[in-house]
Amino acid sequence: MAVLDHAARTIFLTEFVKGMALTLKYFFKKKVTINYPHEKGPLSPRFRGEHALRRYENGEERCIACKLCEAICPAQAITIEADIKEDGSRRTTRYDIDMTKCIYCGFCQEACPVEAIVEGPNFEYSTETREELLYDKEKLLDNGDRWESQLALNIELDAPYR
Amino acid sequence: MGKYLDIFVGWFGYRLDDWALLTFGTILNILVVVLPVLLAVAMIVWVDRKVWAAIHLRKGPNIVGPFGLLQSFADGLKVFLKETIIPAGANKFLFLLAPALSLIFGLVGWAVIPFGEGVVISDLNVGILYLFAVSSLAVYGIIIAGWASNSRYAFLGAMRSAAQMVSYEVSIGFVLVCVLMCVGSLNLTDVVLAQKNVLFGVNGYFFSGLFPMFIIFFISALAETNRTPFDLPEAEEEIVAGFQIEYSSMSMALFYLGEYANIILMCGMMSILFFGGWLPPFDWEPLYAVPGVIWLFTKMFFFFFCFAWVKMTVPRYRYDQLMRLGWKVFLPISLVWVVLTSGYLVFFGRLAS
Repeated sequence: MAVLDHAARTIFLTEFVKGMALTLKYFFKKKVTINYPHEKGPLSPRFRGEHALRRYENGEERCIACKLCEAICPAQAITIEADIKEDGSRRTTRYDIDMTKCIYCGFCQEACPVEAIVEGPNFEYSTETREELLYDKEKLLDNGDRWESQLALNIELDAPYR
Repeated sequence: MGKYLDIFVGWFGYRLDDWALLTFGTILNILVVVLPVLLAVAMIVWVDRKVWAAIHLRKGPNIVGPFGLLQSFADGLKVFLKETIIPAGANKFLFLLAPALSLIFGLVGWAVIPFGEGVVISDLNVGILYLFAVSSLAVYGIIIAGWASNSRYAFLGAMRSAAQMVSYEVSIGFVLVCVLMCVGSLNLTDVVLAQKNVLFGVNGYFFSGLFPMFIIFFISALAETNRTPFDLPEAEEEIVAGFQIEYSSMSMALFYLGEYANIILMCGMMSILFFGGWLPPFDWEPLYAVPGVIWLFTKMFFFFFCFAWVKMTVPRYRYDQLMRLGWKVFLPISLVWVVLTSGYLVFFGRLAS
């Protein structure tokens, strides 16, 4: 009987017809494609994208040059030099991130005591040359100004879980 | 024709002889068939990609032109602007001849395909044999490409392809014998007309008795055109791209054109041999209001959809399985069917004289 069953299945191509029916079912299903440059998928508030250096509302830089981020960075992508400003506060004179080294682990923003260095939601910053990916302090502060509203919102949304 | 004749009289200052008129008319006929076929190839590649995408839950090409319809033309343009690289050790003449050959063999078959009663370039009385011969020749393009590339992968792909095509041609041959015994003619127009008056255009036996033969023909057609369950010649995982590996730019595009021209030719053969060509699916008067070409194209489109559908459903056969299926399954079944069909025809006296 088993032999007969097997023979019938083979002759009538049952397995094959079943497979075809399955793929036909998928043919009519709703498509999941996102037309990327025109549509974008949702991002978590914890998304770790391009870095930014934030400021206080009065325009003062948050970063106090504690160098915790530099110390924790597993890829050693961050380079910081610090000095005392004339008003007596300690600030960075140099804050470079080599984006070609960065592994986007997010340790820098975890280590930061003043929420100065953060990874924002931007992931579209490809460049034509390698040099453009060696970010300096000016570029990072600029990013911070540009993305501040989104960055502040993300920090607020993530706050209950910390 | 008169208009073109006048133009020619104007050019040459004398009336053309009959042979010249015939030549010109034939060339015009060929163009009328070949240009739409090439256009159809471009569109069918798009259909192919859309069907694959839909089964993958993707959307497929949808940027170039409305619904991405112009995608194939964009690809064609891109490929046209690229460099044709000829490997140092390759036989240059054969290397460049092979893609042209494979396109030519994909197109010559259309000479005998009837698009309606009398609407055919050459109403050959051995149309089926001609198609059979042309589809066998298609292997030349591939094996020449494989040999001329002077590459091991290309050669392996070509060897597989040759063996595969030869194996499946045998069973295709016997399927064709079954059909032509029922019809009693090798002319494709006769084959179609014999299928009139019956549901699904079947001459009393085509659909019922010859349906298993249709399945075998369909699967063998997949093997003939190197489509998925049998796309060993270009198996990406083992031999990279098979016979195409050394080809770039337009020479590769010609292979693709030839391959797809062959596929729609096979779809046309299936519609004509088993599903009544340009006849409507039911012999019902109002259906004849739709032009026969539309019916033929609808049927071909359906079979092409099946080709794409199968490609997305089944994984590739192993080489020994492929050979087993061809020689140990299809050949005996089709051979037995030839005997059964002829026995039936003789016994009931329905053998066409």
